[in-house]
Amino acid sequence: MSNIDLSNEETTLSHATLPRGAQWLVGVAAIALGGLALVLGMGIVGAVVIGVLAFLIGYPLWALLVENRRSATDKLITGLVWTAFGIAVIPLIWLVYMVVARGASVISPEFLTYSMRSVTGDEQGGLYHALMGTLIVTGIAALISIPIGIMTAIYLIEYGKGNRLAKAITFLVDVMTGIPSIVAGLFAFALFTLLVGPGTRFGFGGGVALSLLMIPTVVRSTEEMLKLVPDDLREAAYALGVPKWRTITRMVLPTAIGGIVTGVVLAISRVIGETAPLLVASGFNPNMNSNAFDDSPMMTVPVFIFTQLSEATAKGVSYAWGGALVLFVLVMVLNLIARIVGTIFAPKTGR
Amino acid sequence: MSIQVKDASIFYGDFKAVEDVSMSIKPKSVTAFIGPSGCGKSTFLRTLNRMHEVIPGAYVEGKIQIAGQDIYGPNVDPVAVRRKVGMVFQRPNPFPTMSIYDNVLAGNKLNSKRIKKSEADSIVEKALRGANLWNEVKDRLGKPGMGLSGGQQQRLCIARAIAVQPEVLLMDEPCSALDPISTAAIEDLIHELKSDYTIVIVTHNMQQAARVSDDTGFFNLKAAGQPGHLVEFNPTKQMFTKPDNPDTEAYISGRFG
Ligand SMILES: Nc1ncnc2c1ncn2[C@@H]1O[C@H](COP(=O)(O)OP(=O)(O)OP(=O)(O)O)[C@@H](O)[C@H]1O
Ligand SMILES: [Mg+2]
Repeated sequence: MSNIDLSNEETTLSHATLPRGAQWLVGVAAIALGGLALVLGMGIVGAVVIGVLAFLIGYPLWALLVENRRSATDKLITGLVWTAFGIAVIPLIWLVYMVVARGASVISPEFLTYSMRSVTGDEQGGLYHALMGTLIVTGIAALISIPIGIMTAIYLIEYGKGNRLAKAITFLVDVMTGIPSIVAGLFAFALFTLLVGPGTRFGFGGGVALSLLMIPTVVRSTEEMLKLVPDDLREAAYALGVPKWRTITRMVLPTAIGGIVTGVVLAISRVIGETAPLLVASGFNPNMNSNAFDDSPMMTVPVFIFTQLSEATAKGVSYAWGGALVLFVLVMVLNLIARIVGTIFAPKTGR
Repeated sequence: MSIQVKDASIFYGDFKAVEDVSMSIKPKSVTAFIGPSGCGKSTFLRTLNRMHEVIPGAYVEGKIQIAGQDIYGPNVDPVAVRRKVGMVFQRPNPFPTMSIYDNVLAGNKLNSKRIKKSEADSIVEKALRGANLWNEVKDRLGKPGMGLSGGQQQRLCIARAIAVQPEVLLMDEPCSALDPISTAAIEDLIHELKSDYTIVIVTHNMQQAARVSDDTGFFNLKAAGQPGHLVEFNPTKQMFTKPDNPDTEAYISGRFG
């Protein structure tokens, strides 16, 4: 073993490599090929597919010839992963682009501050009533879901660990996660038809319908966050003579609060765009209605988009895009809040 | 406070982890538990402040008295027991959301005890000095406790435990994650704390047991899957020179299994 022959091929650590910037070279060639396909009249989609395929085959092939199999496989898989990433992202970017491009021109002070009250023919109007309605209905849903959801999660993680009741609740939460949203709307509608009277459509009903959809998300995300708090910390608190309920309220919840808030905000942005349940439970209304408990329908942004679109006029369609943009911005703001809150409350580990 | 244990058997559900342990721990002394892995040292230690019950299905038979009171008596509140019997864990576990200062005061803060700022300051300083950490952290009390080194974190946990002024301090392998210098610091600390607290420590380090303890208990397993039991409980000097039981000698001198 003493005299290893370093010239032996198998013990050499270095091997021939592709020139630097090889991927750019192949990339340019692939784009050229795609361009050629376009010129030959294959259409934009065909050209892109050909270009990507050329890169996916050409680059690993070159590596296989110059380098070795492992390097070629590596390049093939890397290429595939990037392609998959691109396929996943393109519709997203396209959607954002479409919403902004078509919606931006509609946004105006009038659009944001007027309702559709007695708007006929060429008169304008706006979605103020729907925006307020969405905020009220979603606010009600949040007020109902957050306490119920968080407390359920606390029960499941801190008290119920694996007992029958906890298993049953987990099962029900799973079932609730799968409820089609329109069923939640029908449930709320039926409930208030029984409680208040037939055909009751109002803001609170919409809030109840949305909370049915929100509770399971809040329970699940809070559960995950509570699970992340190590048992070590709970035991450390108990060992200081802290009772269990104080350990939960003063230590476990603050430790997990960042994740819980993020989960709650994401749950809100999940339900804020729901249309079907609101159509059924809170109905539509061209007028401003700020009383969720008044027995009259309350407009919401998704339903506004729906009604505008079903008018099938040019103005209706553009108003629908405007509504979509408003909803989109609302969700973006919520996500931003979730991120900020998440970083503010994240456990401090810095030195 | 002295601790009297009589015929304690400890269970995890159906599984009997420790069988028939009896011992008498002297007040203001250091008692070490040694023994092979899995023989129930941690399990036994955790029954001394009812921390054992945190695990679903776990229970204890027999009698455990601290200062003459049965801590498993019918009207005994485990929270009250834990206020008297503090614990330091194997892995340092400062509260991640709290600063060094707040970590030391955690016992008060979590219990929502209102204390004056000046009083809080003096509790923090006293506990940190007691844990030999004051000089290292006095300039950054507001910084997160998680930002300390492992050894400092462990001493922070000791400071946190003594800040609530328990009478007994249980330590489960407090040095197992630490370097020799931090270990020496904690051993010195144990020596100093002995004058105020009754200390029970689990360790895998024979020299450490010999250095810090007055009495030593040797736990062992009869066979794999069998419950652990106390083989011998004697003054440390005797354990390490002429133990009563040949198994003890075999374990201590490294001839084991
Ligand atoms: N939470 C638990 N549930 C069920 N059994 C457990 C639990 N914790 C410990 N045991 C079992 O109890 C026995 C004693 O474990 P224990 O942790 O007390 O050993 P130990 O002496 O502290 O070991 P080590 O020196 O490795 O820390 C082991 O057989 C272990 O598998
Ligand atoms: Mg142990």
